Amino acid sequence: MHRMTVLLGHGSGGKLSAELMRDVFLPAFSNPILGRLEDQAIVEVNGTRLAFTTDTFVVKPLFFRGGDIGSLAVHGTINDLAMGGARPLFLSTAFVLEEGLEIDTLRRIAQSLAAAATSAGVTIVTGDTKVVEKGSGDQLFINTTGIGLAPEGLNLSAGHARPGDAVILSGPIGDHGIAILSQREGLEFECPISSDSAPLHTLVEAMLAISSEIRCLRDPTRGGVSSTLNEIAAQSRVSIQIEEKAIPVREEVRGACELLGLDPLYVANEGKLVAIAAPSAADTIVAAMRAHPLGREARVIGRVNDGHPGLVTLRTVFGSTRIVDMLAGDQLPRIC
Amino acid sequence: MKYLDEYRDASIARALAAAVARRITRPWVLMEICGGQTHTLMKYGIDQMLPPEVELVHGPGCPVCVTPLEVVDKAITIASRPNVTFVSYGDMLRVPGSRLDLFRVKAGGGDVRIAYSPMEAVRVAREHPGRQVVFFAVGFETTAPANAMAVLQAAREGLRNFSMLASHVLVPPAIRALLDSPGNRVQGFIAPGHVCTVMGYREYLPLADHYRVPFVVGGFEPVDLLEAIRMLVAQLEEGRAEVENQYVRSVTRDGNRGAQEALSRVFEVADRKWRGIGEIPQSGLRIRDEYAAWDAERVYDVESLRVDEPAQCIAGEVLKGMKKPVDCAAFGTLCTPENPLGAPMVSAEGACAAYYSYRRNLVCIG
Repeated sequence: MHRMTVLLGHGSGGKLSAELMRDVFLPAFSNPILGRLEDQAIVEVNGTRLAFTTDTFVVKPLFFRGGDIGSLAVHGTINDLAMGGARPLFLSTAFVLEEGLEIDTLRRIAQSLAAAATSAGVTIVTGDTKVVEKGSGDQLFINTTGIGLAPEGLNLSAGHARPGDAVILSGPIGDHGIAILSQREGLEFECPISSDSAPLHTLVEAMLAISSEIRCLRDPTRGGVSSTLNEIAAQSRVSIQIEEKAIPVREEVRGACELLGLDPLYVANEGKLVAIAAPSAADTIVAAMRAHPLGREARVIGRVNDGHPGLVTLRTVFGSTRIVDMLAGDQLPRIC
Repeated sequence: MKYLDEYRDASIARALAAAVARRITRPWVLMEICGGQTHTLMKYGIDQMLPPEVELVHGPGCPVCVTPLEVVDKAITIASRPNVTFVSYGDMLRVPGSRLDLFRVKAGGGDVRIAYSPMEAVRVAREHPGRQVVFFAVGFETTAPANAMAVLQAAREGLRNFSMLASHVLVPPAIRALLDSPGNRVQGFIAPGHVCTVMGYREYLPLADHYRVPFVVGGFEPVDLLEAIRMLVAQLEEGRAEVENQYVRSVTRDGNRGAQEALSRVFEVADRKWRGIGEIPQSGLRIRDEYAAWDAERVYDVESLRVDEPAQCIAGEVLKGMKKPVDCAAFGTLCTPENPLGAPMVSAEGACAAYYSYRRNLVCIG
């Protein structure tokens, strides 16, 4: 057999990413907080519950319809904190710059990053800059680390889904991934698709204010809704069934997916969330979400069931059932 | 979405399935040729809607799956050269060669890129005159005309740094090989809609006559496939063996003459190996001598490379419709999309991958 090397698929958020986590990082860093495998760590310091998370952004192109790497770096980290129910407070930013990058480009990104932080009510309090030789990086990478305050007594986890629970989705899927891909491939659509990149903490705040029956929140970024649901089903040792006709996908995103041979369930989002909640609370939560600008199209898309732990299925519009698997690596465009 | 939603309409689909159930009096074995059709059948669970008398077996029409191991090894050999930019359709990158796959060539520093069209590779060659750009041209009659156009364009521009590793295969010779094989069970075919869009359905008329087997040219949406199945069952029940066209919005008897002309200017019919099946005479296309300067096999001198297929994979029998993916001992255990033993587990169109993705343990859900 060949020697194992890192493949691009290891960064796709699918099975290969999970393998790296299981085989390399968890054995090296093993501790109970990391072992919870949430989007953020909740740590207690002198009686204060802090949410803590980090994320690195390597998007190409740097500027895309609906955002840029700067605003994305703020929203991504805020959302990882928000999925723990935390109020985001402070961010760090670290830049890895490739020799030859135009200062003007960097300035535009820094300004966008600052504007995104200000409008989300978080402060950038520390940072770092490194420069690598031309050819050792792709223009610019950004890492952001975030700290927030987690409410007392709140314990959201991908391991908390129970049979009978409702699966709620905040809005149409696939916008970010298709916006990036169409720009990268130089595809022009009649109705241009914008990234959904947005900070979700105020939406989460509204949801938590109305209900204490929310068990889990996740933002379906890399790997899309399917990967998120697979993670929840596996960690909670339950199965999940979603309804094809309940899943909102914008017409233009559907069209692009048809053209490119992609399944929107696997396409990345940067401003959507999946919530698992007690069935009795689902309607109230959806109503609260719809009252918020980022949750206007929220709806229940499926149920948590007993048995077949880790299995996610979809009921098609024809009433037949199929598996919604976690991808090995990235979705590959098909030949024909 | 217009022109799509109509073909995914649940009530039309149910009505067609009911029509099949009313018409059928005994078991029939039907084969859809094309991997895209297999994918739709699995994705929408069409087989779950049909009466038990209809048995669907899956054909050899997945271009990734039938590309022989030695062509993948040729691709890897060429892509590993330091001065080469190797451009391919995405799903060829994960197909295992005998030691590596193209993703690993890329991870090892090879310049391997994904493209949606061979013209993108021509553009790369034009923009980077210092690089040798090679396009990996696989597929059936469907993709051959665009690949031919890329060679013609490169020839017109005199782009000597562009070449093509071509491994094209043809559907009718494969159907003939299948019907001639002693274990054949297939009684009716859903002919491939995209291939017929290019080539027309003329070529299938002598096959239907000679073998007394019905063909229905089918599209790729659930309603297309259900209608094609209904038409096939009607022919079988009535004892007819004709070529009928369900995919009328795209397919004509004679196909796209312009595309056929481009194809035959650049390519000529040749013997071809099929992965898992072996060599089928006159079943593929090679680049004509006139365009040898754009034929990567000749430019990089890999023509003579020969590799044997691994024994543990039953891809050949799956591609011939003799076995189902789940009949394989390695299915889902030794062989998964992360660690595929054979190509049908790689491509989304491959029968094994379609079963793995959509069906795996649904059997026990009931």
